[in-house]
Amino acid sequence: MSDQEMEAIKIESKSGGNGVLYAIRRITAFRESVLLIVIVVFAIIMTVASPVFMTPLNMEAMLLALSVEATIAVGMVLLLISGGLDLSVGSILAFTGVVTGLALTGGIEAFPAIILGLMAALMVGLINGLLIAKLKINPFITTLGTMITVRGLLLILASGRAVLNLPKSFTVIGQGRLFGMQYPIFALLFLVVIIDLLLRNARFFRQSYYIGGNENAARLTGINVDLVKIFNYCLVAVLAGVAGLMLTARFGSASLTVGSGIELRVITACIIGGASLSGGDGSVLGAFLGALFMGMLANALNLLGVDVYYQSFITGLILILAVVFDVLNERRKASGS
Amino acid sequence: MKSIIEAIHLSKSFPGVQAVDDVSFSLQRGEILALVGENGAGKSTLIQCLGGVQNPEGGRIYLEGHAVEFSSSYDALQLGISMVFQELSLVDGLTISENIFANRQPVGRFNNIHWQELRQQTRELLDRFNLNLDPSMQLKRLSMGQKQILEVLKAISTKPKVLMLDEPTSSLTESETAELFINIRKLQQEGMSFIYITHKLNEVFQLVDRVMVMRDGKHVGTRAVDEVTEQDLVAMMVGREIKDMYGATSAPSTKEECLRVEGFSRKGVFENIGFRLHRGEILGFSGLVGAGRTEMARAIFGIDPKDAGKIWLEGHPVEIDHPQDAIMMGIAYLTEDRKVQGLFLDMAIRDNLIAPALKSFTNRFDLLNRNKIAESARERVNTFGIGTPSITQQVLNLSGGNQQKCMIAMWMGIQPKIVIFDEPTRGVDVGARSEIYHKLREFAAGGTGVILISSDLPELIGMCDLIIIMHQGSITGEVSRADFSEELIMEYAAGIRNHQDMGVPA
Repeated sequence: MSDQEMEAIKIESKSGGNGVLYAIRRITAFRESVLLIVIVVFAIIMTVASPVFMTPLNMEAMLLALSVEATIAVGMVLLLISGGLDLSVGSILAFTGVVTGLALTGGIEAFPAIILGLMAALMVGLINGLLIAKLKINPFITTLGTMITVRGLLLILASGRAVLNLPKSFTVIGQGRLFGMQYPIFALLFLVVIIDLLLRNARFFRQSYYIGGNENAARLTGINVDLVKIFNYCLVAVLAGVAGLMLTARFGSASLTVGSGIELRVITACIIGGASLSGGDGSVLGAFLGALFMGMLANALNLLGVDVYYQSFITGLILILAVVFDVLNERRKASGS
Repeated sequence: MKSIIEAIHLSKSFPGVQAVDDVSFSLQRGEILALVGENGAGKSTLIQCLGGVQNPEGGRIYLEGHAVEFSSSYDALQLGISMVFQELSLVDGLTISENIFANRQPVGRFNNIHWQELRQQTRELLDRFNLNLDPSMQLKRLSMGQKQILEVLKAISTKPKVLMLDEPTSSLTESETAELFINIRKLQQEGMSFIYITHKLNEVFQLVDRVMVMRDGKHVGTRAVDEVTEQDLVAMMVGREIKDMYGATSAPSTKEECLRVEGFSRKGVFENIGFRLHRGEILGFSGLVGAGRTEMARAIFGIDPKDAGKIWLEGHPVEIDHPQDAIMMGIAYLTEDRKVQGLFLDMAIRDNLIAPALKSFTNRFDLLNRNKIAESARERVNTFGIGTPSITQQVLNLSGGNQQKCMIAMWMGIQPKIVIFDEPTRGVDVGARSEIYHKLREFAAGGTGVILISSDLPELIGMCDLIIIMHQGSITGEVSRADFSEELIMEYAAGIRNHQDMGVPA
């Protein structure tokens, strides 16, 4: 909630606070700007530490790697804001790839196969949304259920074998280039910008903040809570589907195990980016920066030759630090006002 | 009598506010002392200092003549000072006995809980209060009122010398309150002393010996109850005299119907409710807790389902299935439970004010216009006198009265033709209360039909043109302004009198 912080700063500046201090506080009032500064400083250090880091090749590899998590995080943050959660995104990701892959190898053209895959993703999202909004089943349990079920379903569909040799007409969506960069990176940037703007300015999307803030009150003020919830679950599912298609196209095959464990990494990115598990807080830009930061960390550790085990250790530390930072910030605000 | 507690020059401040400011007072053995004052007057902080929850910055506390200092509420408890908080400290998933004897369960040789003895001790306590409850019953199966009584029992079970109660009757029914008072008096005769915080001034006159008034952290004065009137206390609390609390009635000159409800029923909740509301009228709904008034309002507004019933709006039959429908038709419902259901506490005042009318701030692409939103929010903060430095302040930080004003301002955004106020002044200070009454009058004068659901009889009598009384889900009576009397309304509310018994023969 940067509004209150902005206000605190305004009041402070009126009372004649130090200019530099004021500027610093103004910038650090936004989670997004803090993260951005951390990312830039980190990038500068890495550029010095490793000659490979700032090369276009490495940048592209890094962005491609994080595009999967980041694409899903764009939708997941919306769910977190409205007080929801989706654990099934990893399964949906793989499911979409398998459905599209099977359609392609079964002789269906690329475009309808893609649509078929996304429809499959949408179906899972719809089921999640209906169970959670209409039957009021806990989101954690519902999506834990669909996570396991959908993973099983795709194993059955593919008879336990990865779908190989996908046609070029399809793989181009993951491998094609524009201005020297692969399509998935553009898809990601496009989604981040559009959904961030919608969440900031569009009435329909902003309703999620009200629902996460106080679901009872949201209902009483005439917000169609069920509709917004169902929409959010569908959106995150379709975004997971998009991520799945990109990944499948890049590899040229649909793997059955891909995406397991991704749900927690995506939620981690959202929380590093300022979202709260209790709802009502967060932004798309923050979630994207959270994912960017995690991707960069992985890339950096890799380049520096640090054992892969450290990656998880450090990511966990960062997550805890981010949350501690939030709690301390809240306390400071509470005692300062 | 000898004083059991004496406080001298007690002070406690929080950042930006002097919560307790140089307060001295004494409490006699076996005395019940009421502590009254507006929200934020420092009552709760004062008893928290006495109970060891807060550390006073200045002053001394004497217990039976000895200077004492507490570093925690546990210390205070050990010395015989116990307190009952507004927030319930009970655990839903545990049994009654485990809640009452939390962390003090009788244990056996291996530190194992002695269940039989625990139940036995609980049984004795429950019997004292004439509560016919099973000690092994899970707490979640109890009503709010029963839980509040258990909270008191829990405090009493430590056999304190002084018991401090912070608004213990806020969710009790009349009979539960009466039962509580009987028990407090019983304990008083046994020598227990009480500090009793309340907003209900009538309780002061029913229960206590002396009343202490606080305002802005200061001790304004302490009086024996037989020396003061309610008006005196209000004047002491507010610091000025409130004239014309309710404003003048301006009953509508024409009888233009804006809402008609017929045959509204929901099995086991309310039955065959029917009434008419006219433009410019203030229609009151009276009844005891559980009479079904709130449930009926929620059904009219489309929150809860109904089994039968029809609604006419300005003479046209309408269907209301969701709050969205009601809002579209210009009906506003201000819930009794503003914190849990009415407001977005963590969000900015601005975001709250626009919530029910979000659509009116969008362009044709459904995008919100920020300037228009800020302008509208600022304007309403001024019109409704919401005390805040800024529209981006969290609603959480507002006082009860300002939160209530915020909720009223929020619903005026839909420009309602009909407003249903459910307990609009619960937990609201006397000063802010009067402002709210005058707002209600303004709406009515502007042609809005106002429904006022309230458990506060003087409020209904002061405000309404007509009062409908419900008892156990049915309408038992209807009293118009000329015939208003508390006794008559109470008789209908208690179900002793029923207009249908007379009137039409079966």
